[in-house]
Amino acid sequence: MDRDLNLGEMIITRLINIAGYSAIIFVGMIFYFLLREGLPTLNEVNFGNLVSNRWYPIEAYFGILPLLGGSLVITIGATLIAVPFGIGTAVYLAEIAPRWVREILKPLVEVLAGLPSVVLGFLGMLVLAPFLRKYLQLPTGLTAFTGSLLLGGMAIPTVVSVAEDAIDAVPKSYRDASLAIGATKWQTIWRVTLPAAKSGVTTAIMLGVGRAIGETMTVMMVSGNAPVLPGGIRALFKPARTMTATIAAEMGEVATGSVHYHVLFFIGMVLFLISLLINITASFVVFRQRQRQERILS
Amino acid sequence: MNKNNQKITIQNLILHYSDGTESLQDISLDIPAHAITVIFGPAGGGKSSLLRVLNRLNDLVDVVKLEGEVYLDDLDVLSPKTDVIALRRRVGMVFARPVVLPMSIQENITYGLEIAGIKDDQRLEDSLEKAALWEEVKDRLDDPAVTLSGGQQQRLCLARVLALEPEVILLDEPTSGLDPISTGKVEESLQALKEDYTIVLVPHSVQQAARTADYAAFFLQGKLIEYAPGNLLFTNPQDQRTQDYVEGRFG
Ligand SMILES: Nc1ncnc2c1ncn2[C@@H]1O[C@H](COP(=O)(O)OP(=O)(O)OP(=O)(O)O)[C@@H](O)[C@H]1O
Ligand SMILES: [Mg+2]
Repeated sequence: MDRDLNLGEMIITRLINIAGYSAIIFVGMIFYFLLREGLPTLNEVNFGNLVSNRWYPIEAYFGILPLLGGSLVITIGATLIAVPFGIGTAVYLAEIAPRWVREILKPLVEVLAGLPSVVLGFLGMLVLAPFLRKYLQLPTGLTAFTGSLLLGGMAIPTVVSVAEDAIDAVPKSYRDASLAIGATKWQTIWRVTLPAAKSGVTTAIMLGVGRAIGETMTVMMVSGNAPVLPGGIRALFKPARTMTATIAAEMGEVATGSVHYHVLFFIGMVLFLISLLINITASFVVFRQRQRQERILS
Repeated sequence: MNKNNQKITIQNLILHYSDGTESLQDISLDIPAHAITVIFGPAGGGKSSLLRVLNRLNDLVDVVKLEGEVYLDDLDVLSPKTDVIALRRRVGMVFARPVVLPMSIQENITYGLEIAGIKDDQRLEDSLEKAALWEEVKDRLDDPAVTLSGGQQQRLCLARVLALEPEVILLDEPTSGLDPISTGKVEESLQALKEDYTIVLVPHSVQQAARTADYAAFFLQGKLIEYAPGNLLFTNPQDQRTQDYVEGRFG
């Protein structure tokens, strides 16, 4: 009997181990494949070309800067929209809204978070883009700004949902303590509640922004798809193109093994590195905070 | 008791929570200035509820019925017209579990000063000094406040209240989580502080009540059973229930 139990234990442990290792192996394989297909770029295209500001693959111009720039502008734009609105809404729901409002809004927000991106892109093309063109008097409504707005809007529900949980988890005693020394509700939220929920709120922002960076469909549909290096604030209101959109749009029609093909994988590598960096930074921040908390609790 | 010396006057105070609990039933009580008034009794007696009325922290809770009158000097505490923020600066509160705010030691003190618009660098040291904490923290003011021990945290909470120089300090079982030495330090600070402040203390044990009370009020199930100077109430209680409780016959 004892033996049986041990055998059962062992099988389960093994299975869990295999599951764990396979996750690592898959990531490793993806990375290997990316490197294998992407690294030849460095031989085939000279470096000057790669960091130039012209993306025109048909004539062998492979400057990826405009794509990097496009991603950057749209992501920053989306973040600037998603963070204040997301956290503002989270604070409203957790601290200010009457209970019944909160009980209606919270599930609604969570439904919004699951909206498929194609649907948003579609709405963006048909409603938002014409609207922006008309009221901002632009030559086209399909601009980086349109993309930012939609991506920001997409990220908001994620930010709200995670941040609201974090704020709600702050013990009531913190608020009492702050109010008891004569702080207003607003001072308490700003100086005590939000800082106490810092690590959860950071996670919320990372998840929201992460969603914005990885998003392809919406961006491809509404940002105008022009690989132009953004210069200055005006670039926000011109068409742009992101790295993800470029890969999605061009991968289908490129000859396997061609230079263009390798460059697309190279872009994939760059994307991979960027998201890796962001993730590492985020987990570093969260990890340090957790370490501090553990030290405190022990 | 000398009428001129009253700091807080409570008349016919009734408080019911929305779940039907009648937590304070017709309480009348005068709290003298420059003394420690102890409010004690078994759990659920309404001690915390009373304290939270005195600085209107109950505004945030589901209270369905609040009647009677509370005066702080001439200020009508319960009037809707009363400036709650200003009131809370006059009536500070220290809670059962030390709640240090998620900031550095120094910021825990300066936070209250900042929001009150007070610029006075001396108050940081003074308040920590009065709470008997200065010597222990003067070299680590920028450390996160949560790195202090429980007893130090509680004294920091006291210092945070003292920095605002309130007139009344409410303490709700301030030593319930502390070891005897830290408890002793807090009690010592309170004895020193009563010269300048009006102190209302909910003690965490009858012994502490007896040790600290200038005046003592015994609460039982929302009623004020007996109120007398400490030396009388603990040696010669008039009510049988007070006597039973003081002698430890029920908990
Ligand atoms: N927010 C609230 N909502 C509903 N009922 C409450 C609330 N706070 C306290 N009560 C009830 O009011 C009564 C008095 O509670 P209170 O906390 O004032 O007692 P206490 O004397 O401080 O007790 P303890 O010694 O346990 O701290 C209790 O029956 C309690 O359940
Ligand atoms: Mg209590």
